[in-house]
Amino acid sequence: MGAGHTHRLYRHGHSPVHRLPPHTKLAAVLGFVVVVVSTPREAMWAFGLYALLLAGVARAARVPAGFLLRRLLIEVPFVAFAVLLPFVAEGPRTEVLGVSLSVHGLWGAWNVLAKGTLGVAASVLLAATTELRELLLGLQRLRLPPLLVQIASFMIRYGDVITDEMRRMRVARASRGFEARGVRHWGVLAKSAGALFIRSYERGERVHLAMVSRGYAGTMPVIDEVTASRAQWSSALALPGAALAVCLLGWTL
Amino acid sequence: MRTPSLEVSGLAFAYPDGHQALFGVDFTLARGERAALLGPNGAGKTTLVLHLNGILGGGAGSVTVAGLPVGKRHMAQIRQKVGIVFQDPDDQLFMPTVREDVAFGPAAAGLRGAALEARVRTALERVGMAEFAERPPHHLSFGQRRRVAVATVLAMEPEILVLDEPSSNLDPASRRELADVLRSLDVTVLMVTHDLPYALELCPRSLILSDGVIAADGPTGTLLSDEALMRAHRLELPFGFDPRTVAAGA
Amino acid sequence: MTGVLAAGAIAVSLRGARRELDERTAPLAGLVAAFIFAVQMLNFPVAAGTSGHLLGGALAAILVGPYTGVLCVSVVLLMQGVLFADGGLTALGVNVTDMAVVTSVVAYAVFRGLLAVLPRGRGSVTAAAFVAALLSVPAAAVAFTLIYAVGGTTDVALGKVATAMIGVHVLIGIGEAVITALTVSAVIAVRPDLVHGARGLQQRLKLRVNGELVDAPAPRTPAPEADPAPARAGDAPVAARTSRRTLWLTGLAASLVLAGVVSFYASANPDGLEKVAHDQGIDAKAREHTSAGSPLADYGVRDVEDARLSGGLAGVIGVGVTVVAGSAVFWAVRRRRESEVCAPDTVL
Repeated sequence: MGAGHTHRLYRHGHSPVHRLPPHTKLAAVLGFVVVVVSTPREAMWAFGLYALLLAGVARAARVPAGFLLRRLLIEVPFVAFAVLLPFVAEGPRTEVLGVSLSVHGLWGAWNVLAKGTLGVAASVLLAATTELRELLLGLQRLRLPPLLVQIASFMIRYGDVITDEMRRMRVARASRGFEARGVRHWGVLAKSAGALFIRSYERGERVHLAMVSRGYAGTMPVIDEVTASRAQWSSALALPGAALAVCLLGWTL
Repeated sequence: MRTPSLEVSGLAFAYPDGHQALFGVDFTLARGERAALLGPNGAGKTTLVLHLNGILGGGAGSVTVAGLPVGKRHMAQIRQKVGIVFQDPDDQLFMPTVREDVAFGPAAAGLRGAALEARVRTALERVGMAEFAERPPHHLSFGQRRRVAVATVLAMEPEILVLDEPSSNLDPASRRELADVLRSLDVTVLMVTHDLPYALELCPRSLILSDGVIAADGPTGTLLSDEALMRAHRLELPFGFDPRTVAAGA
Repeated sequence: MTGVLAAGAIAVSLRGARRELDERTAPLAGLVAAFIFAVQMLNFPVAAGTSGHLLGGALAAILVGPYTGVLCVSVVLLMQGVLFADGGLTALGVNVTDMAVVTSVVAYAVFRGLLAVLPRGRGSVTAAAFVAALLSVPAAAVAFTLIYAVGGTTDVALGKVATAMIGVHVLIGIGEAVITALTVSAVIAVRPDLVHGARGLQQRLKLRVNGELVDAPAPRTPAPEADPAPARAGDAPVAARTSRRTLWLTGLAASLVLAGVVSFYASANPDGLEKVAHDQGIDAKAREHTSAGSPLADYGVRDVEDARLSGGLAGVIGVGVTVVAGSAVFWAVRRRRESEVCAPDTVL
């Protein structure tokens, strides 16, 4: 990850989508996902329209299709689960290419695949256009409990520091000729993990001291406030709005 | 006589594990004074520092900052008056950006808006880091992080600045830059350090903390030239360094 | 629905974590989360080419306590969801319920239960950590199956899936257990005071001031667990700490969760209302029995069944409901928290 400012999924840019306040984008993605999930799975065409909507957003955000598709690969474990479904599910069965498959299972697999893919694609788009720092501000703005946001921002601030300590410990082990090759070496690795925990915890205590020394008394002071204009809200909510229309059509048709 | 910035008397403390670190510490710092706190590892220096703003307490004795006793009653004021710069800037800089980190202290004290912005800018300018305001702390060099750490404390406009090993891990240029910053400040400074030449360069007065008590208190040049005293407290000057030939203080 | 459940569990954990760590919660939990995040990247080679890594739920619960453990792992999952789209935000509700709540709570309950039975000592702690971690992984698998079964729209032979899931996860659990136990014993060897699940020995202090011995007042450095009393009777471990406050809190959380459920069904499924009313009846009865086990675990399972059976809404609902319903719950809880700032135990 890097910096606490940028992360692997983030793609720097100045598109209209990048400029939207983070909480409006978060709300839009959430709305979109809820709408997609509550669409009847039989309305296959609706999912096609959703995909088109997302493609439109990606275009506005100037996120290239290749970038988006590569990031979608992370979905693979879910796909594996979905692929299993037609084989293990019960109920009436059908023949596909000589293999007996459950009809319910097929529908289930389609359901998981379509909704999952759209959800992940929306999240990837959000992550691609929003800096981590902004995401946290947005989450806080959306009334996620401040404590949780604080924990998350501490984790991001110190994630690199701790990972770096872990890397240094690995280098130290390697420099003394140690290489973990199998279960026999777990003891050494676990000792490193234990030491890493102690270091992390003690650093947490020191960070707390530093905070208390500057007047921290249990709540974080408000330093940055994000706000959104009505226009920004309406352009962000255009996505779930359009999706909702599709969804309603899906239920009535 | 004016109220001293810091008054420590009869301070004793033991950690919950039973290890006693301080055995009755007494000293006073006048307003505007720059003093170094010297001592070998394990002498109780960090423990003493943590008493100055009430993070540790509950032992015997008392600490008074600008006439205000350190205790639960005045904790918020005490923490504003005593600015501690910790050894590892990574511990001190816990916010996502430099600006937010410097703003943390004053914002916790209730400052908002333009006043907060101005305070942050001034503090960063005093350490020469104004153009790094929007950077995340771990994109800075170690020396820059140390200077930002000083700024985070300066932003609170403290009565006394306490620095824990300010020159550790700094390359010579960063070390000099920090010295320039510290010399330009108009606050009481207590500098905990092993870096004896640095103490001599910046602090006219030194205290030696050894085995949990103040073993010596006097002009830095005199203390550093007293070989028996230095040896007795495991303090050593760098090879070839003679405090008598260096102009003390600044 | 798992979103609501996860949100409820996190809300309870937020309160609990404040008890475990007081005002140090944010930095300490943040750093522990960073640790879990890092340690998940530590590869434990199994044999040529293959390797495993830690999930961390059990480890976190044993080292820093169940509430903080839940929080840390949840935050790690949340951030992984955002940073790497790992598992996607869509499945966040399930992930949190499963990998954070179930593993942490099961592991901690088993751990404390064993400690109460076993003789005191380092070996027992290690053994208890082993068993706790071993059981936590298949428990998560069972929970996942259950969530899928009651929520899934596809009728799968439950037995078949459950057997497969448990079989695979017992294997994973063994790895998790070995690593967790070794790590816990490594920590206990150096800083036994940091292992939350095994705290206890605190001695009276003596101070020496200018040659005299003086009694030290109680240390100001917070020692959150005033009276761990781990060896009390053979009852469920978390229950030992179930005060009336906790009971009341559980009630509040449960009703908040139910409130979330009601409002959700009110809009989505009118028939569900009747069912939910019935559920609340069950809940009122069950609340009287919370002392029988971990409040979290037991309302967790109950809620999965109720909500899911009555719902039958589409599959895995993700981050949408998590945050929408979650925010409602949090908001209510925070409201309450703000109004009781004067209460002595909230701050410091």
